[in-house]
Amino acid sequence: MTLSNGFIRRYGVIFGLAGIIIFFAIESPNYFFTPSNFILISKQSSINILLALGEMFVILTAGIDLSVGAIAGLVGAVAAGTIVATGNLFLGLIAGIGIGIAFGLINGVIVAFAKVPAFIATLATMSAITGITLIYTQGEPIWNLPSSFDFIGQGNLADIPFSIILMALAFVAAWIVLEKTKYGRHIYAVGGNIKASRAAGIKISAVLVSVYAISGLLSAIGGIVLASRLGTAEPTAGSGYELDAIAAVVLGGTSLFGGEGWVVGTIIGGYIIAVLNNGMTIMNISAYYQEVVKGLVILLAVMLTSFGKKYWNE
Amino acid sequence: MEILRVENIKKSFSGVSVLKNINLSIKSGELHAIVGENGAGKSTLMKIIAGELEPDSGKIYLNGKEVQFHSPLDAINSGIALIHQEFSLVPQLTVYENIFLGREISKSFLGIDFIDRKAMKKEAQNVLKTFGIENIPVNSKIKDLSVANKQLTEIAKALSTNSKILIMDEPTAALTLRETEKLFSILTNLKSNGVTIIFISHRLEEIFQIADSVTILRNGELIATKQINEVSMEEIVSMMIGKSMSNRFPPKPSKKIGDKFFEVRNISSDAFKGINFSLRRGEILGIAGLVGCGNTQVGESIYGLRKFDGEIYFEGKKINISKPTDAIENGIFLVPEDRHDLGLVLQLSVKENHSLPNLDLFSKLGFVSTSTEKKSVRDTIAYLNTKVSSINQIVENLSGGNQQKVVLGKWLVRSPKVLILDEPTRGIDVGAKFEIYKFIYEQSSKGVGIILISSELAEVLNLSDRILVMSEGRITGELDPQNATQEDILRLAVKGKES
Repeated sequence: MTLSNGFIRRYGVIFGLAGIIIFFAIESPNYFFTPSNFILISKQSSINILLALGEMFVILTAGIDLSVGAIAGLVGAVAAGTIVATGNLFLGLIAGIGIGIAFGLINGVIVAFAKVPAFIATLATMSAITGITLIYTQGEPIWNLPSSFDFIGQGNLADIPFSIILMALAFVAAWIVLEKTKYGRHIYAVGGNIKASRAAGIKISAVLVSVYAISGLLSAIGGIVLASRLGTAEPTAGSGYELDAIAAVVLGGTSLFGGEGWVVGTIIGGYIIAVLNNGMTIMNISAYYQEVVKGLVILLAVMLTSFGKKYWNE
Repeated sequence: MEILRVENIKKSFSGVSVLKNINLSIKSGELHAIVGENGAGKSTLMKIIAGELEPDSGKIYLNGKEVQFHSPLDAINSGIALIHQEFSLVPQLTVYENIFLGREISKSFLGIDFIDRKAMKKEAQNVLKTFGIENIPVNSKIKDLSVANKQLTEIAKALSTNSKILIMDEPTAALTLRETEKLFSILTNLKSNGVTIIFISHRLEEIFQIADSVTILRNGELIATKQINEVSMEEIVSMMIGKSMSNRFPPKPSKKIGDKFFEVRNISSDAFKGINFSLRRGEILGIAGLVGCGNTQVGESIYGLRKFDGEIYFEGKKINISKPTDAIENGIFLVPEDRHDLGLVLQLSVKENHSLPNLDLFSKLGFVSTSTEKKSVRDTIAYLNTKVSSINQIVENLSGGNQQKVVLGKWLVRSPKVLILDEPTRGIDVGAKFEIYKFIYEQSSKGVGIILISSELAEVLNLSDRILVMSEGRITGELDPQNATQEDILRLAVKGKES
């Protein structure tokens, strides 16, 4: 039996992460390869992974969500603003998460019913949401958040950072939904062949709208963790996060054409990005070069996957 | 005179031998048909001749000289062009742009090469005219052309490179009868211009109509090359499958045809007008017609894939079908004409495809019970004799026959009442066809009403209990298969068409 391209997609990325870890471990055994640094890496990757998990639901349906960073930024601001205005933490969280889901639903409705290509639809909402955040905050950061809010991004539960627990919960939930439920199967099917899915009686619009809503929800959670970690809601805090999220999903082996992907891969993709950032910082590589290296690694990983596929298929 | 000879060609893919020592000789100016079941090695052999694949061993001689092709371009430069079933045309470009794709004619101005559209158009028209294809508008975009015209453009593209050998892989698979006739007259014309044509086809009737000689492949071996007037269709079929195929169809079961339980009253859409028919339990109702007559659209409409006006009655009640779920809930299922497009999600597994419309049966509170699911898949593939390496095999890697069994199987789980089978044996080898015919009989014996939409006349005549024939979107007649012939069907199938 020959190795399938599913195998390459699935396990290639694990070897990639292992290789990067070994490289940094050799370069910096005392700082990089320590338990406390791994907790730090997990903490650093948690926001991106939360966003990437949502992004993955969308990409599995052959869509894309460029608005995740913008939603995270707006949610952070709305949650912080509400908490400061009302003094009620839960009200703030609910408002933030509600806003995230609402914009996710708007994305979904535009894609599913107005039939606007996902790239354009979410590019437009990304721009609009960024603007709304700036209007809402008047371009100023929101300060004076209560310490109870700090717990989400900075606190520990039984010595484990709470943001890592949130990330782990989101991972488990995503894994169960995608691997074990009827709805998860429908997501893969719609991404794989939308016409055959419709002919099989699947409600296409419901699937499409819901994946964008899930993306909105996870972006919202990511945005709250981000604001809490910073201790302030910066109006532009979320910008650029969409690209890291997409990169994590693609590194993880999810096909941009939809229908193929593995939740574990997305987590590993997120970790590859975080390990690179962390390791290069420890090695004192300038932030400018870091971006270049990150880009090259993503390119290399995707190229290896496609070469590997070709090789094994022949 | 011999133009092309291949000697001792061998090819295997990942250890599986696909071509075993093929020796084939093609005469200059002949139309040479290549036949064989799916997997016989026809396409592989053609790809080797056209430079798309390199053989593991063996030689190719062109006009007596040995040639080695490392790319399709090598073959094209030697005058050999392969026309695929899937066209290699750019849909957004025009006919003439496609004909000259990669070889654009240019004129120099101030040392810069500018594209010379005028010259390209003129040259394209010349090529088309030389071979009697001049009614293709050279300025049209490919995406606006019919399948037949796309194919002719592809031929023109090949001829414009001065191809002397034209290889065509199932060129008539998607053509209507009239388009096929047109293609054949053009091929005859090409022959008289000295072009040699190698022609892969599943339709033996047309081989007898047009070919000069025929080569039969089976399991990677060349069984025989014959002049067409030396063989009969039965001989070819038995060489293809390796045994005498006096029975292409299983014996008719003795079955009871029950009450009228399904009725279509006066349904119309943009593809058909005023369709009325009823179906009894256990009845196989054939709806025959040429490609484009609207029978496919009738089937898809009844299943809720297309909008239509009119009424459908099911078990005494009027039912409203506006989406596939409405049909599924009533036990009305479609096995579509194009299984890759509508029937399967190719990159998912056998299990996942099987379960796609059935997850409600296999899940509790939204969670899929894998044990129930696996049992259902295993039972179904055992019943249909579907050959898979495991239930997790990706359906893209299955043969056409096994893919079709996956499509059929997914509806079995839901105890069908009406099965709409649209070209159920298209692109499937003779052995798998037989099994699917047996399946159709078994289902009808169980009382399932079957609507058999097919352009294969022998199939409709042999299987159906009653035949409706459609032409230009209307039912043009009803036939009793007991005393009807293929000619009777054809006469009704062209009724209302000019000439």
